[in-house]
Amino acid sequence: MVLVLAIGDLHIPHRAPDLPAKFKSMLVPGKIQHIICTGNLCIKEVHDYLKSLCPSLHVTRGEYDEDSRYPETKTITIGQFKLGLCHGHQVVPWGDLDSLAMLQRQLDVDILVSGHTHQFKAYKHEAGVVINPGSATGAYSSVTYDVNPSFVLMDIDGLRVVVYVYELIDGEVKVDKIDFKKTSTATI
Amino acid sequence: MMISDAMEDEEKWLAEGIAGIQHNAFYMHRALDANNLREALKYSAQLLSELRTSRLSPHKYYELYMRAFDELRKLEMFFKEEERHGCSVMDLYELVQHAGNILPRLYLLCTVGSVYIKSKEAPTKDVLKDLVEMCRGVQHPIRGLFLRSYLAQISRDKLPDIGSEYEGDGDTVMDAVEFVLQNFSEMNKLWVRMELQGPARVRDKMEKERNELRDLVGKNLHVLSQIEGIDLDLYKETVLPRILEQVVNCKDELAQYYLMDCLIQVFPDEYHLQTLETLLGACPQLQPTVDIKTVLSQLMERLSSYAASSPEVLPEFLQVEAFAKLSTAIGKVIETQGDMPIVGAITLYVSLLTFTLRVHPDRLDYVDQVLGSCVKKLSNRPKLEDSRATKQVVALLSAPLEKYSDIVTSLTLSNYPRVMDHLDSGTNKIMAMVIIQSIMTNQACVSSADKVEVLFELIKGLIKDLEGDSEDELDEEDFNEEQNYVARVIHVLYNDDPEEMLKIICTVRKHIMTGGPKRLPFTVPPLVFSALKLIRRLQNQDGDEDPATPKKIFQLLNQTIEALSYVPAPELALRLYLQCAEAANDCDLEPVAYEFFTQAFVLYEEEIADSKAQVTAIHLIIGTLQRTNVFGVENRDTLTHKATGYSAKLLKKPDHCRAVYACSHLFWVDDQDGIKDGERVLLCLKRALRIANAAQQMANVARGSSGPVTLFVEILNKYLYYFEKGNTQITSAAIQGLIELIKTEMQSDTATPDRISDAFFACTLRYIQFQKQKGGAMGEKFDTIKV
Repeated sequence: MVLVLAIGDLHIPHRAPDLPAKFKSMLVPGKIQHIICTGNLCIKEVHDYLKSLCPSLHVTRGEYDEDSRYPETKTITIGQFKLGLCHGHQVVPWGDLDSLAMLQRQLDVDILVSGHTHQFKAYKHEAGVVINPGSATGAYSSVTYDVNPSFVLMDIDGLRVVVYVYELIDGEVKVDKIDFKKTSTATI
Repeated sequence: MMISDAMEDEEKWLAEGIAGIQHNAFYMHRALDANNLREALKYSAQLLSELRTSRLSPHKYYELYMRAFDELRKLEMFFKEEERHGCSVMDLYELVQHAGNILPRLYLLCTVGSVYIKSKEAPTKDVLKDLVEMCRGVQHPIRGLFLRSYLAQISRDKLPDIGSEYEGDGDTVMDAVEFVLQNFSEMNKLWVRMELQGPARVRDKMEKERNELRDLVGKNLHVLSQIEGIDLDLYKETVLPRILEQVVNCKDELAQYYLMDCLIQVFPDEYHLQTLETLLGACPQLQPTVDIKTVLSQLMERLSSYAASSPEVLPEFLQVEAFAKLSTAIGKVIETQGDMPIVGAITLYVSLLTFTLRVHPDRLDYVDQVLGSCVKKLSNRPKLEDSRATKQVVALLSAPLEKYSDIVTSLTLSNYPRVMDHLDSGTNKIMAMVIIQSIMTNQACVSSADKVEVLFELIKGLIKDLEGDSEDELDEEDFNEEQNYVARVIHVLYNDDPEEMLKIICTVRKHIMTGGPKRLPFTVPPLVFSALKLIRRLQNQDGDEDPATPKKIFQLLNQTIEALSYVPAPELALRLYLQCAEAANDCDLEPVAYEFFTQAFVLYEEEIADSKAQVTAIHLIIGTLQRTNVFGVENRDTLTHKATGYSAKLLKKPDHCRAVYACSHLFWVDDQDGIKDGERVLLCLKRALRIANAAQQMANVARGSSGPVTLFVEILNKYLYYFEKGNTQITSAAIQGLIELIKTEMQSDTATPDRISDAFFACTLRYIQFQKQKGGAMGEKFDTIKV
């Protein structure tokens, strides 16, 4: 059982002052094995904070990130799964599922994690699973109205991944989960 | 060498003294057993003579004293049993006075006196008075202190207190009080005298010895505090004034500090509250070197705890005007102790403020008054340089922040900014950060433009360059941290009412515009997004009569983002213009949206030269433009034409290719009324294909082998995308052709095998297969494609 935190679009301090307190109290060091971050942190303090939660931190570049050295895309293998990471502002039209599917095929990954729209999404298509963890701070987005703060926790166990989405709605943290299974070692 | 010699000598003398006591005690016990009074007296006197030594330090003398004390207890028991020695206690009292030396004589007298009082054959007060006066005979400080301490010890349970068996017609509490006060006064006089003896170089040793003796003197105050018959009135009228008289008149720094402290500790807080004026009145009369601020702090600390533990006494605090009295007293102390360093004065104010916040938290006028006193003290002085004083000022300013979790309360204190003005610029900035941190920790919200104005005045050290800032103080990391704090705090300035919110935004804007090019990249984005959030709220509202309309806010935004050109920060400005363009689109304001696009495009053309930056910028432009639907045909065409033009000018072929096929999406919007120009789409894709081809050929020529087929596979995917969406211009034949092209390229001699593009192609083919097997309309569509 490997826990992977998928988080992004915090936009600190441009669009939000900090993570919601309820999220901060849930995210404690030592519980998570990997963090994959879609980007737009935007400052070093946020990077350091995430790093303090878990040393295995992967970040891709968002268009507002202070550090321009983050890569445009990244692929990581965790257990039986190949994960792909990309912020998403590079994929036009923004949020378009078919265009994201193309990126997924290009990276040849089972799970594509991408952001930019600040809207949580988790769905399955031919090439695999696409997950958008949304914005962890509920930051303003030109694409999505009424953004609720959210992040995703993936529990990877063998050929199965359980995706937990945590959303802050009206001051309460609500959790939902989705199951995905992979057939043998081929992609989903 | 000398010290250890002296210590060795002292050990030797102590041992000798103890031996002497033990020797005489042996004979004394024999006499007691034989009921031989005369002998007992003789040997006890000899025993007590050991206490006549002047060679021991107080610490060692105490050991000797304790031995003698133990022996005297046995003697006292003997005295009590009259049948054993046949002497009446009155005669005994007479008899012991025949002892040769005064010190033994007085110890014996006190011992008999104890028995005398117990016998009740004479009024208690007479015996006590006699004893306390007789002890005057010993004026040597150490010997005298121990003697009187003995007197205090044996008399303790025999004082004519209320409810005691010794209270009677002539014996009252007053007598008990008189006795203890007198003993106390005499002891203090002896104690103080120690300072004056001996040469200067011995003074340190003296001070140490004095400290060892201080509890003997302080014990008297303890005894007084235990006398039940002393009520508030007696304390007020007699006890306190007499104690203070002695304390003030002895003019000794050590004694004054210790006794004031002792006084405050032993007597109840209720008494202190009711005698505040008298107590505080003594403070300026003390020696200027006394650390009176610690004493006052102690007092205020005790009173605060008193108030905290018993809230019902709070009205009392108001009734005795505790705050006013303390405030005045502190002012007086600071005035009289003219050369008190500034850190001392501020520490006093910190203590007073702590008191005020604990006892009268709702009295903001008191809090402000304390700050005002501090301002007065700091006025007409250069900026603080003493770091300890600075620390105290920071403590002073932090206290209200900690107490009042709602920052707005602290913002109403008119003297708060004035205190901050006296800090040097470095500390001022630190304090500003403390303020912001307090806001963030308490999740406070500032919701009126007026309060925002006050806040930004307070943190002005972070907002702009102040005189007194030196250039080389600027550490980049620290500066960034500061500015990020300012950025964060902008997000907690909020009001539900759009008009007020707009006022807030204008206030913030006014301040951050004074920040200069270094600060604007940090402060402009949060302001812009705050404004965009407001616009979104107003989106569905109509009416140009409102003071707050999206149009007005967009104007403000335009001017604000323009300021970034002075930094210069073209990439950031471009992103912000595009955000505004999209927002204007959502508000249906076509000219405004067009203007923002124009600004963005101008920046792109004139300021963004870096290839990587251009690629990102173009995708942002295309992404934004793709989503806008407010434009009429002409405007849209102009903008689209520009965007595709930029794509064409990208330097690297792969970038060029990708940008061109991205542009295809400008001609196909999946909405109901979205543009769906199949031909233009195909044109883009074909152009992209040509560019990919050219790239391959260039690679062949330049490197001897063609590059990876990735670009072709990407374009294939785009073909499939539009094919599925129903673009009739995309035929299955075209797709088939592209598939064959890719296969050929991959198998050619000059091909460089590339795992990634192979996998990509395989995935794509698998996808086609998947679609074919879907059945239905989709399956039919894909049927003609062979993989």
